[in-house]
Amino acid sequence: MIDFIASLTPDAIIRHAPVLIVVLPLILAPIAAIIPSGRAGWSISLIGALFVGWMALILFGQVAEHGVIEYAMGGWSAPLGIVYRVDALNLPVLALIGTIGLLCVFYALPTVSDEIDSKQQPLFYSAFLICFAGLLGVTITGDAFNVFVFVEISSLATYALIAMGAGKDRRALTASYNYLILGTIGATFFVIGVGFLYMATGTLNMADMARILAENGHTRVTQAAFAFIVVGLGLKAAMFPLHVWLPNAYANAPSFVTAFLASTATKVAFYALIRFIYGVYHPEDAHFVMMAFTWVFAVVGVIGMLFASVQAVFQTDPRRLLAYSSVAQVGYMMLGLGLGNALGLAAALLHLVNHAIMKGTLFMALGAFGLKFGIRRISDLNGLGRTMPAAAIAFTVAGISLVGVPLTIGFTSKWYLILAVLERGWWWAVAAVIISSLLALAYIARMLAAIWMEDSPQRDGKPVARTRAPWMVLAPMSLLAFANVYFFFNADPLVSMAQRAAAAVMVGH
Amino acid sequence: MLEIISERFVYIPIIILMMTGLYVVISTGNLVKRMVGLSLFQTSVSLIYIAVAKVFGGAPPILPEAHGEGYPDGAADSSAGADHAVVQTDHGSQIVEMASDHGSDAGHAAEAVSHAVDAAHATLYSNPLPHVLILTAIVVGVATLAVGLALVVRIREAYGTIEDDALNAADYSVETGGTE
Repeated sequence: MIDFIASLTPDAIIRHAPVLIVVLPLILAPIAAIIPSGRAGWSISLIGALFVGWMALILFGQVAEHGVIEYAMGGWSAPLGIVYRVDALNLPVLALIGTIGLLCVFYALPTVSDEIDSKQQPLFYSAFLICFAGLLGVTITGDAFNVFVFVEISSLATYALIAMGAGKDRRALTASYNYLILGTIGATFFVIGVGFLYMATGTLNMADMARILAENGHTRVTQAAFAFIVVGLGLKAAMFPLHVWLPNAYANAPSFVTAFLASTATKVAFYALIRFIYGVYHPEDAHFVMMAFTWVFAVVGVIGMLFASVQAVFQTDPRRLLAYSSVAQVGYMMLGLGLGNALGLAAALLHLVNHAIMKGTLFMALGAFGLKFGIRRISDLNGLGRTMPAAAIAFTVAGISLVGVPLTIGFTSKWYLILAVLERGWWWAVAAVIISSLLALAYIARMLAAIWMEDSPQRDGKPVARTRAPWMVLAPMSLLAFANVYFFFNADPLVSMAQRAAAAVMVGH
Repeated sequence: MLEIISERFVYIPIIILMMTGLYVVISTGNLVKRMVGLSLFQTSVSLIYIAVAKVFGGAPPILPEAHGEGYPDGAADSSAGADHAVVQTDHGSQIVEMASDHGSDAGHAAEAVSHAVDAAHATLYSNPLPHVLILTAIVVGVATLAVGLALVVRIREAYGTIEDDALNAADYSVETGGTE
């Protein structure tokens, strides 16, 4: 199929695909902003998302053919110019953003017209496109400072998107403000780190930095840079204990924004962290990176997965609950990264993709419930299994996948994570993963019990008639829910993709 | 110790500025003041980059041909000469010869010589790249400040206050189901 699509695509577009995938959403954003119609804004977003999906497919074909694609911006070759670089590591992330973005855009039309004032809708879609472009940019660029610029582009759009939830709940404003303060501190820490690396190496190109660091060895400057970059990107990735901005932001944002951000934004920050750790620092040459793996990523990951899961159990708002669960899931990825071996990195990447699929489904289903009923407490979910069966089934499938029950992708990624942990012989980490999964069972079971066991909601003394969310909500949600099961039985594409990505960064130096 | 400090003197005010900004962000409950602290913090990072860019004895990173009054006829020739001058700065006399070779007539040759002499002094340039990076970072900072202040305006409309304690109290009363 990829060959067929590539054969229909003009050569110029194929040649410039790495830059078009970022630039086109960015160009469409102001167009969406000036046309005063929400539906037009949505159509433009759809065009942008379709185009990004198209470019991602072409990049897939290109990477399969050439291995690594480097695109020199404006013809200025590396290390002086800015280079966009697509390889086995960031291609899956690009594809993930493209797919989730496309599904979320379908999902957007009914939910956004329900939640956002019609006058603000064009600007809303414009902000979405900017955020989309920013996330893609972080993923594709090979230039350290360019990462900062794109992180800030996507973050600034994210602050605006989260604040749009103020139409329903004014707490979205304070959540967005707090995220802005913390997000800016994080991004500034990151830029300090990049500055230190620039002082030490005199270049901003990541591959060139890696080469110079390998020649010159590490000094205290590069170690400080490492600390600043880990803190800065860790904050964006909601790595425990830098996650405090996330629960409120996810709980109060419009449901489309939550579904999109939960499955892309923290994932992209985590990818950037991997890119800096493996693409710039060489862990096997740098003792302090190995120390950080064990004492920062593994230990903090384990504490985070336990602590955030416990917090999730005691939440009353389903969206806050799932947000805390997201923090716990980042803990799994951190543990995988902290193992410092190829199996662990592959498990972390696999969980990155799988978690995006699960959380995307869960938040979409909550949004579908929210279209018909206001969902602010778990008790608001009572009896929705009878009232909105389709959304309830999708929610259930993704929920048990989040716990890690066999026959779902949650099991697949936890299986690979535990295998990787056992290779290092860290029994305590295996125990932590299992305890955290049991805690996940506890909080998911609370919601599933409310959905399936309780009586259906009453209105004027009689049960509310069975109702259905619009098909534009149901279609992407069902597709993602289906993916939760499908990729268990056909795990090979995702698993081999994660293993190829891990092998590519490990062997890359 | 004293030597280390005196060599890195420029970083001391930057660190003070940075910590002041971060402290303001953490300590104040006023949302506008918090934005001020955040700006201070970002500005101090800009200063790090600018401090790094300075090369002792370095000239502003401007190509010599831009010094003259406009571009007279034959500018291409003289600028070509100046380019050579930049490359071969050690051999001043050689440059003058080369420059006069390249000049198409006497007048232009003289001009080319003056360019070449300028260039010979400017063997060392300050690094322009951090300045460019910081121009970008300043734009990002301005955008952040604008979004932040816009949010503060909306918060004030929705809550009637911009003090953190009062906002938390208002949110808490919503969560516990109490009256606002």
